[in-house]
Amino acid sequence: MSDGSGNGAADALLATEHVTKAFGGLVAVEDVSFYVKPRSIVSIIGPNGAGKTTFFNMLTGLYKPTVGRIVFAGADVTGTRPDIITSLGVARTFQNIRLISSMSATENVMVGQHARMKAGLFGSILRPPAVRREERAVREKARDMLHYVGLQQTQFDRLASNLSYGDQRRVEIARALASDPVLLLLDEPTAGMNPQESARLTQFMEQLRGERSLTILLIEHDMRVVMGVSERITVLDHGTKIAEGQPEDIRANDRVIEAYLGKREGGQAS
Amino acid sequence: MSRVAKLRHDRRAGVVLAVAFVVAAALMPLFRPPLDGFTNDAILALAYVVMALGLNLVVGFAGLLDLGYVAFYAIGASVTGWWASDFYSSVNGEKGIHIGTSDFVSVLPGIHVNFLLLIVGAIILCAIAGALIGLPTLRLRGDYIAIVTLAFGEIIGRVFANGDELTVFGDNALSNGRQSISPIDQINLPVFGEFDSATDLRPYYWAVLALCLVVLFVNFRLRDSRLGRAWIALREDEVAAASMGVPLVKTKLLSYAAGGAFGGISGVFIGIFLTSVNANAFQFGFSIFILAMVILGGLGSIWGVVLGALALGFVNHWFIPDVLDGETVRGWLDSLGLEFTFSEVTFGVFGFILVLMMVLRPEGLLPERRHQLELAEAAGAPEEPVSVTYEARA
Repeated sequence: MSDGSGNGAADALLATEHVTKAFGGLVAVEDVSFYVKPRSIVSIIGPNGAGKTTFFNMLTGLYKPTVGRIVFAGADVTGTRPDIITSLGVARTFQNIRLISSMSATENVMVGQHARMKAGLFGSILRPPAVRREERAVREKARDMLHYVGLQQTQFDRLASNLSYGDQRRVEIARALASDPVLLLLDEPTAGMNPQESARLTQFMEQLRGERSLTILLIEHDMRVVMGVSERITVLDHGTKIAEGQPEDIRANDRVIEAYLGKREGGQAS
Repeated sequence: MSRVAKLRHDRRAGVVLAVAFVVAAALMPLFRPPLDGFTNDAILALAYVVMALGLNLVVGFAGLLDLGYVAFYAIGASVTGWWASDFYSSVNGEKGIHIGTSDFVSVLPGIHVNFLLLIVGAIILCAIAGALIGLPTLRLRGDYIAIVTLAFGEIIGRVFANGDELTVFGDNALSNGRQSISPIDQINLPVFGEFDSATDLRPYYWAVLALCLVVLFVNFRLRDSRLGRAWIALREDEVAAASMGVPLVKTKLLSYAAGGAFGGISGVFIGIFLTSVNANAFQFGFSIFILAMVILGGLGSIWGVVLGALALGFVNHWFIPDVLDGETVRGWLDSLGLEFTFSEVTFGVFGFILVLMMVLRPEGLLPERRHQLELAEAAGAPEEPVSVTYEARA
């Protein structure tokens, strides 16, 4: 992390350096440098199409940056495969929930532990005691996780596709937590939630940080959630970083208001 | 919760049913003569079960549409041609090489290897071939995988068909081309001794039934394992699977390799049972034949695939030649002035069966439990709230 991206980047858990992603002629993300400190909650905001999800996809290895470097926990993970990034301790949820619809809630969370399991082809077939134990532990942990995110026990064995929307969001977070992450990326976690549910989720994020020492990076549109929970906010617009700072600074930033909220009189969206 | 309880109950009933089915299948030949047409058909049908279960790993579990599965049949069968016949009669100064063979075979020229070792050899070769075909398809999805695998099946088929011109190790040809390699050694097992398909088919029947049970066991174990879950995750959503820590390349290649290995096992058995290996059998149509079994039974459903393979196996070896081309139906057709035999249009018959299936029961004879549950629950579940995404730009 020699080429830091500003003050405080030195002890960052995650840092990007001049990251750019172009799809042909379309530059989705341009020269974004930013960092996330351990055990912080950080938000990326920006209007639709600002490149937030593309940025996320680069952090999790789904896209390879055209230019730039991504450093996680001191290691260069630029262009590293998504499954390896997961095993390094980065977990994510998706904007449009991506559960495995033909699996039960429990099985989904079990798949989330894939990177932490050892059973291979022959282990799976012969099922020696070690694999048996592992299988039992993984199932147990899946159920613990579902409990932890507040899913009703009656829903554990239902197919993911038949769960209610809110429960699907819960299962997705449980699945991400099951991979024992250090850094949790949440892509619009409150989309489709009512204000009470959003408030509960905000509280839950704080709880996650407190109890599991997690660092959380989220993309969010709900300003009440963003302002309430974030220590730092990065604002993207048209693929570039237009502002960065604490919630109060962002709220007062003219460029943000102009880009994000339009040219109306002050105020905040919710 | 009653639905879950019911399912669990059903499951126990299913186990009882499966055990009864296997016991009945094992006892069946005792009530038939040693050389019996029905036993003969059943042996081939069971060999198809092994193959269909292998293809089900690739197509049903991992969702990779493989249209070149005949390649593994070709490799498995050729293994018997290479290592269990007098095809390479010049090796070892015409004295031959013999490993674990019966006294009768031990004096013949050529390479002769015990059945169990042939199986191991076929597993290894087919797993490698499976991984090799997997490599170029890694970046592809859906229909494109089908096209590449189709081409792979054709390549292997053509290579064996022209193998009499391809010499490996001196002037030993790769295959006998469109002429058969025959005869192939009979199965020779420790304890049970050497089989003789000319006088008694029943040992072959029990051998293939045992193979089926082993393959079934492996299928069930794989389905309910870390790897099986990864395959299903891959089938449903590659991006989500990768983000959950499933290594795509490794997981896909394992499915191709495991599926190919099963095809190889079955190929070895069929080669031995038919006592000849002929490249004419390595046709694209065979891939479709096996795929039709998987689809007929229910993609991804292990028991469904077993049923589908048995059904199409018997349609191919009994229903078409003995019933449709039997005297009664023949008589009707003759009275209508139609002069064709159904054996000439077997694929028409399969096609008709598939069309009928798609209309009457598109999910297959015994659909995968997951799909069943999905449909059942969706019918009874309350309306789901619609997702609302907030529009941020004012």
